[in-house]
Amino acid sequence: MNDHSTNHTHFLLQVDSLAKHYPVSTGFMKPKALVRALDGVSFHLDAGKTLAVVGESGCGKTTLARQITMIETPTAGHLRLDGIDIATATVAERKQLRPQVQMVFQNPYASLNPRKRVGSILEEPLKIHTTLTAAERGDKARAMMARVGLRPEHYGRYPHMFSGGQRQRIAIARALMTNPKLVVADEPVSALDVSIQAQVLNLLMDLQQETRVACLFISHNLAVVEHIADEVLVMYLGRVVEHGTKRQIFDHARHPYTRALLSATPRVDPEQRQVRFMAKGELPSPLDPPPGCAFHRRCPHAIAACATDVPELRLVDSHWTACHRAEEI
Amino acid sequence: MALLDIKNLSVHFGADERPMRAVDGLDLSIEAGEVVGIVGESGSGKSVTSLALMGLIDAPGRVFADSLTFDGRDLLKMPARERRAMLGRDIAMIFQDPGTTLNPCYTVGDHLVETLAVHEGGSRRALRARALELLQQVEIPDPQSRLAAYPHQLSGGMSQRVMIALAIACNPRLLIADEPTTALDVTVQAQVLDLLLRLQRERGMALMLITHDLGVVAQTAQRVVVMYAGQVMETGSVPAIFKEPQHPYTAALMSALPENNAGRERLQTIPGVVPGAFDRPVGCLLAPRCTFANARCQSEHPALEHTPAGAVRCFYPLVKS
Repeated sequence: MNDHSTNHTHFLLQVDSLAKHYPVSTGFMKPKALVRALDGVSFHLDAGKTLAVVGESGCGKTTLARQITMIETPTAGHLRLDGIDIATATVAERKQLRPQVQMVFQNPYASLNPRKRVGSILEEPLKIHTTLTAAERGDKARAMMARVGLRPEHYGRYPHMFSGGQRQRIAIARALMTNPKLVVADEPVSALDVSIQAQVLNLLMDLQQETRVACLFISHNLAVVEHIADEVLVMYLGRVVEHGTKRQIFDHARHPYTRALLSATPRVDPEQRQVRFMAKGELPSPLDPPPGCAFHRRCPHAIAACATDVPELRLVDSHWTACHRAEEI
Repeated sequence: MALLDIKNLSVHFGADERPMRAVDGLDLSIEAGEVVGIVGESGSGKSVTSLALMGLIDAPGRVFADSLTFDGRDLLKMPARERRAMLGRDIAMIFQDPGTTLNPCYTVGDHLVETLAVHEGGSRRALRARALELLQQVEIPDPQSRLAAYPHQLSGGMSQRVMIALAIACNPRLLIADEPTTALDVTVQAQVLDLLLRLQRERGMALMLITHDLGVVAQTAQRVVVMYAGQVMETGSVPAIFKEPQHPYTAALMSALPENNAGRERLQTIPGVVPGAFDRPVGCLLAPRCTFANARCQSEHPALEHTPAGAVRCFYPLVKS
């Protein structure tokens, strides 16, 4: 984990000052406003590693996932997958890249087609991306079902016959059908109960160990992130505010926003609870972000400079932080 | 005497011959000014219990109870009109999703004024002043202009504050909060929980906090009730239950939390899923998922046994080794 600007070695996924702006209508005859959903985000990810992206709703986590999975094209910046820049890639190259990146969505009740059987849900990616015969596709689907802990008789069943945890297993199986190099998991366990959440997280970790797939894990639950991630990227209003290894973030958080998130996470063990460090108010409107540091109106440590100068991401305490007062607090 | 005393509450849905038992023989009592957390996975009957208490279970759902006593009066034997007057005034409720519980056609002020007018009455001007005061109490910034705001103009945290203002409008003695912070971000969740606890302390209200998040209960409640498939599995004081759970289910839930698995490669899990309407086991409801279950657990149904620390529904409660 280093470098936020240069690109020397070959990483599986390399993101350089990625930006996505959406024009938004503010009313009849009024000029369009610009929402900077992503504003200069850089990081890279290696095979077999998990990068967790955390932040409140509206911070740009899902927008980031949509750029990486090529559902949308970024406004500016570079996104290199396996060395190929998606912005300048040809149609043929993009088609080759697509099976390499797969996604697991948040709500397994909405992400599976209710009119298809499990078998055809799992075989569909193979139909699109490979030239395998129907029999070969069926074999692959059955093998994958065994790996995610589904029984062979589930092959012909419909999604409504499964519980939430089993549906998420189907969604994970579908994502792995094309042998991707990167899986983007957008809040994969937030719709599940504690006991089922543990089963699904274990499955994700087992599969990652087997296949060396890289994982971009989007979550707002820091307890889950602490368990599964190698590195953590904290986002606030479209920007990275802190980026480091799991231990750096959880033990030596420098940014006041990261600390606010950590101390707001409810803990069962009283000793793990941190002194309440509350962020005031709520996330500002992305249509009208505050000048200077986007967090300064909620931050108890804000000084005059915070209201005028945008803090740059810099190396403090051996990880990246975007705060003017990172050294003092 | 307890403020709320529920004896043997059952809520059934579906056909008479094979009912789906959403709540099955639940006993619960809450003292005045007490914070009680009710935890359980989805389908454990937490929400249905609170809806039954508020009289919000519609046919074909059926509510049975030996008694549902609030402040010495049985809610089930009371005339419907009196019960209605009591709900919203003495017992108030906050629902999970603030986005869908406020009426999109009315302003925040209309909501508050209507509640106050129904239960307390007074001149329009006095009601408006009370509404403004309530918004100030729930720490809504710029309360004067928010009175005229419609629900869609509020953020999730702000709508939940309005819901809290509505619930405390008539100084209830019992506030039921059904997953009040599940739809909110962690930072806003912390603010809303702090607000609820401050109001609870200031007014001496009893608070029944329903949640699936063990962390939230551990941090806020004094006593906890663990539910599973419609039954109470274990009750006790928060420090005792979280330190030394006696029921294998409580213990398994705790050990499945990522925060209790620090340093471990994999999380500890509970195999299987919560039983549905038609696959309820004959014996202990947890038996198919319990690592300690034996033949007796499979065939006999354990009763809720009172212990010095609370109560536990298990033939072989875990003891401190």
